[in-house]
Amino acid sequence: MEQNKGTKLYTFLIYSENVPGLLSQITAVFTRRQVNIESLNVCASSTPGAHKYTVTANCDEHVAKMLTAQVEKRIEVLQAHYYTDDELFINETALFKLSTPVMLKNPDVGRMIRFHNARIIEVNNTYAVVEVTGITNDILSLFDTLKAMDCVLQFVRSGRICITKSRVEHLDEYLAVRESKKLAKANK
Amino acid sequence: MEKITGAEALMRALEHEGVDVLFGYPGGSIMPTYDALYDHKKTLNHILVRHEQGAVHAAQGYARVSGKVGCAIVTSGPGATNTVTGIADAMIDSTPLVVVCGQVGVAMLGTDAFQEVDVVGITSPISKWSYQIRRAEDVAWAVARAFYIAKSGRPGPVVLDFAKNAQTSLVDFEPAKVNFIRSYDPEPDVNMTDIERAAKMINNSVKPFVLVGQGVELGNAQQELRTLLEKADIPCGTTFLGLSAIPSDHRLNMGILGMHGNLGPNVMTNQCDLLIAVGMRFDDRVTGNLATYAKQAKIIHFDIDPAEFNKNVPVTLSVLGNCKETLAAVTKLVDTSKHTAWIEGFKPYNEKEYEKVIDRALHPKEGPLLMGEVIRKVSEASNNEAIMVTDVGQNQLMACRYFKFTKERSVVTSGGLGTMGFGLPAAIGATFGAPDRTVCLFVGDGGLQMTIQELGTIMEQGAPVKIILLNNNYLGNVRQWQEMFFARRYSFTPMLNPNYELIAQGYGIPAKTVIERHDLDAAIAEMLATPGPYLLQCAIKEEDNVLPMTPPGANIDEMLLEV
Repeated sequence: MEQNKGTKLYTFLIYSENVPGLLSQITAVFTRRQVNIESLNVCASSTPGAHKYTVTANCDEHVAKMLTAQVEKRIEVLQAHYYTDDELFINETALFKLSTPVMLKNPDVGRMIRFHNARIIEVNNTYAVVEVTGITNDILSLFDTLKAMDCVLQFVRSGRICITKSRVEHLDEYLAVRESKKLAKANK
Repeated sequence: MEKITGAEALMRALEHEGVDVLFGYPGGSIMPTYDALYDHKKTLNHILVRHEQGAVHAAQGYARVSGKVGCAIVTSGPGATNTVTGIADAMIDSTPLVVVCGQVGVAMLGTDAFQEVDVVGITSPISKWSYQIRRAEDVAWAVARAFYIAKSGRPGPVVLDFAKNAQTSLVDFEPAKVNFIRSYDPEPDVNMTDIERAAKMINNSVKPFVLVGQGVELGNAQQELRTLLEKADIPCGTTFLGLSAIPSDHRLNMGILGMHGNLGPNVMTNQCDLLIAVGMRFDDRVTGNLATYAKQAKIIHFDIDPAEFNKNVPVTLSVLGNCKETLAAVTKLVDTSKHTAWIEGFKPYNEKEYEKVIDRALHPKEGPLLMGEVIRKVSEASNNEAIMVTDVGQNQLMACRYFKFTKERSVVTSGGLGTMGFGLPAAIGATFGAPDRTVCLFVGDGGLQMTIQELGTIMEQGAPVKIILLNNNYLGNVRQWQEMFFARRYSFTPMLNPNYELIAQGYGIPAKTVIERHDLDAAIAEMLATPGPYLLQCAIKEEDNVLPMTPPGANIDEMLLEV
């Protein structure tokens, strides 16, 4: 998506209970605000029972705030926050399926793979499979280079995954507060 | 333990939640539940509506006036899709509902089975919570959770999609209790730092102004609001849904906010130095042009929904919590004060509006009946103690302007969604939610025909709805906009009407038509004196307009007093 003036790539980290149907509720909030999701990753988190959604999207900060509030409003969402890249450790994985005959003919292909610290994980006389991890720009730069060498049979890039640089674990704090509120309520 | 069906479990779970009235309509996928209901007729008063949309609107009317959760029950497929308008209406107007829809058995889900529709998928974006009950074992938990979510925090509609196999299979039933959900906090702790800041801002303000929304009624904070207003001597304006949160004639109630509200409160919104919004959401119909809205003022926003803060209007301070607690806490810290000059400042605007608009609407000397005079006379004839239900359009705007309120929870109107056809079924629900009160419905000839089949429900139940049909032979509000903004090109707004007295007669509902002004008082008296339902048709001036008006997108303080 083309970036509009004043917009920025934000990463939304969303924690929820593990219930069916929540993904469509979360994506619907973005759709309604006319924000395209750039990448999406969903998996279990380090907290038992809690799922983690990593969503990236271009928008302005006001919209990012509103999206976060609207997502958090869904009953089964535990917490939602938005971040800029400088607040996160970020990683993505990509897989390339490359033509072995072209690789053998053009030594620059192998050179570029080593230059990008990519890993060859399978070779046969038809194709080679190469894996690389990094941030979006590095991966896309390798892709552009290999594409220009005309050896790419398939390419796939994962959604972004990331963890926060902050020394505070917001989810743990939240859950602790909720647990004490639960106890207080039960004792009432 | 004796095993019972999931359908029977639903009945017992509803009884456990204190449900006494259900509005519904049976059909294939909900038949086991209706079969169970047959044995619970004494405790669960089921009102058979004539269309599922009516069931949800009736449940809304019931919930609004009673403060309890409204309950509707329908079948799968078209039964469920017919509830969509009511669910969306309840969502935007924060009305607590539990809507139970039948669903095909789980073995049939996803096969395009007869009367199968993805109810959870359709209703998720327009409900507070939507859940599919797939096993009888889940009934107790799901019902308890549904009621807890519907009524706690900012209330809203909850949908339970009840698969047929879950209705018929057997289960050991024990009612469940839900008063805590880890991921949902409807009772946020009051932040005392925010309270202190709010009190300080109020104490420092010379020209404070309070915006009263429905949150005051939902939080049962009517008394807390009055105490704050009176102690600090702060004038207020109300939204449509907040109308009965404070008596109409209270000396600090300056009138209605927004597009068709009163001149004083709208002008003063842009002159105050502190705007204090309580349980309202800065709807575009209230704010007009956001770029010029209260730019001179500091703003405090009291709300229980954090997603409302800074959504439309950036605020100086947001105070999260139930306004019953937060208002009380702030009131303790505010100084007893007087803002006499500031309050006097509203007067010239009130007088100007009275002279240019209100006097003409209430006391016309000649010509056909006007909406305003009819509404005010009905209000006064009921001692200003009735529940006002409206449909949507000019009838609604006029009713909100000219009906007067002395009692809490007396407004039932479709504010956010603006659902034509809401009025008649909602009024039926209101008669069940407040059986001791008079329920007056103001409805136009357009909206009445959108849910006119509910006259059958009124007939069967003898529901004492006083229907005041303001008939101008037009889709009046659209016609008014066409007159004002589309060069009087009345594109499909004139309407040929049926004989409504004959229709009422068909349903056995007493009816009368008033054409002449001198017959109006007697007709209203007769309507109110007649036990049970009544249809009073008033022949309204065809091109009667709702004024004053802030044109869409214009600055809120630039109201037109005449067309």
